[in-house]
Amino acid sequence: MKLALGPILYYWTRERVQEFYTDIAATPVDIVYLGETVCSRRHVMRLADWLEVATMLTAAGKEVVLSSLTLIESESDLKSLRRIAENNDFKVEANDMGAVHRLEGRMPFIAGPYLNIYNPQTLQLLASLGAQRWVMPVEMSQTALQPLQQARPLGMETEVFSYGRLPLAFSSRCFTARFHNLPKDDCRFLCINDADGKIMRTREGKPFLVINGTQTQSALVYNLVGEMDSLGSTGVDVLRISPQFENTVEIIRLFHECLTQQISAEVAMQHMQSLMLEAACNGYWHGQPGMEQMFLASAAHHE
Amino acid sequence: MPPDYKLDLVCPAGSLPALKVAVDNGADCVYLGFRDDTNARNFTGLNFDATNARAGVEYAHAKGAKVYLALNTYPQSQGWERWKKAIDQAADFGMDAIILADPGLMQYAMKTYPKMHLHLSVQGSATNYEAINFYHEHFGIRRAVLPRVLSFAQVEELAAGTPVELELFGFGGLCVMVEGRCSLSSYVTGESPNNCGVCSPPKAVRWQKTSNGMESRLNGVLIDRYADDENAGYPTLCKGRFEVEGETYYAMEEPTSLNTLELLPELLRIKVRGLKIEGRQRSPAYVAQVTHVWREAIDLCMKNPAGFTVKPSWMTELGKISEGQQQTLGAYNRPWK
Repeated sequence: MKLALGPILYYWTRERVQEFYTDIAATPVDIVYLGETVCSRRHVMRLADWLEVATMLTAAGKEVVLSSLTLIESESDLKSLRRIAENNDFKVEANDMGAVHRLEGRMPFIAGPYLNIYNPQTLQLLASLGAQRWVMPVEMSQTALQPLQQARPLGMETEVFSYGRLPLAFSSRCFTARFHNLPKDDCRFLCINDADGKIMRTREGKPFLVINGTQTQSALVYNLVGEMDSLGSTGVDVLRISPQFENTVEIIRLFHECLTQQISAEVAMQHMQSLMLEAACNGYWHGQPGMEQMFLASAAHHE
Repeated sequence: MPPDYKLDLVCPAGSLPALKVAVDNGADCVYLGFRDDTNARNFTGLNFDATNARAGVEYAHAKGAKVYLALNTYPQSQGWERWKKAIDQAADFGMDAIILADPGLMQYAMKTYPKMHLHLSVQGSATNYEAINFYHEHFGIRRAVLPRVLSFAQVEELAAGTPVELELFGFGGLCVMVEGRCSLSSYVTGESPNNCGVCSPPKAVRWQKTSNGMESRLNGVLIDRYADDENAGYPTLCKGRFEVEGETYYAMEEPTSLNTLELLPELLRIKVRGLKIEGRQRSPAYVAQVTHVWREAIDLCMKNPAGFTVKPSWMTELGKISEGQQQTLGAYNRPWK
């Protein structure tokens, strides 16, 4: 299995983004997804800046993919989409059917996690339009994935979101601006102050969700490091790690060491305790509510 | 000048009695789902079996109304045959269109029943004309229902870029998230609109009177807590009160209903073809009341768009049956965002 680094979901300064990817170039990650997927108003990194990072990562031996915006609402969003779709150097991850429409028949693309591919028929259709990899919806379980794997079109790779706060919902409303009592059109880009989003707690103080502009994430960290065996036996090709402001390099290293069997899942998980932003969850993979944490499968073997 | 086309009033039918009152009160179209997870209002006691569906189509057609099948969830592999059968039944029963979200299903419907009209469901999350044109070119969809997240200016821009008819939500429950792109419910309960046709399902809801007030929970997660003088609402998880950096408030959305009556002349100007009322989970009495008000409003507006004003009595009547007794223009009014 290969390791991929998903797009940065938060709004960081340009300096921080560049420094982050300089560090990533030296990690054993195989694929890097780049670009702004959450909010079209975020602007510190222009397409030219992303292409510069992409060139640097390619030189470092990484496969680079440009990710498209998830919620495309206006003509200016479509313009940005076309610029990405028409680049001749890098593959594109389509996160909206509008992006698929721009990419189909033009070049091989990656069908992103928000395209709602839930059955073999839809996967086959995307393959016929040029998708060469697809990212499973985050809420899908191993059991639901299996039939898609069995009927998988030839050459199609399967990627699973395997580490990070789950991107659960998108809105056109900006919840960060709402928190600050500002209209979205005058948001003052305050999400740049929340390196890993803003925690939303229940009224009894439990971390529940995370506000990231127009995106809502889980507060808990989805972590499938303990599921390498079942991911492998289900024929998953790529594990996606979602960036966090700090410790991403260490997380990648632990996944890699676990994949190459240098350390066990238990050891990886122990090390990750101090690196994760909150406690872990893995319910979705087991067909349970996403927020649940099931025991490590490998731990069960030892019992 | 009156518009040169007809705006369809599209009303919800969670049961045969609801379908009948919708038609009797002037619905041009009713939409319904079968009694399982093939539709996004998969609640116990709701929806249609084959006998009722046939009877519903017969009743509606006899009175000149159309019937649409809501088949708007995403089939997972094990359930494929159930969704396929629903398409077969829609054709067999003589339904006028199928509202679909899943591309695989659209392909099946198009190949098997080339004459059947296909509508893109709001659950298909199409918020731009490139996406809508994708479904049009591949599956020949006739109409697209837009997610409740676009501003009116964005709807207008979108309308100019596609030959597909547009249907907009006019009244009822308001999703603050893009439909089809929200897994909050499965994160907490395991079941979501996409995979099970439900959001914040009743079986996961618990109410508890405590010394802190009435508490509503979803699979154990505290969604809200109500003081004695507050009305306790259903714990739809995006409409609870949560704490962010010391402030407790409706962090995502207040319990409120969408109401776009005042936008009617504008909707006619940009030739919106369908005006959709949400609420298959609501009672026949609700459906009758809402349909009645909107029929009168649309008829008046069609006659004289320039002179159209919203009658206070309509707002009062709709206000009484709105969630949290509050109404909003939602995203159509840009500052809502």
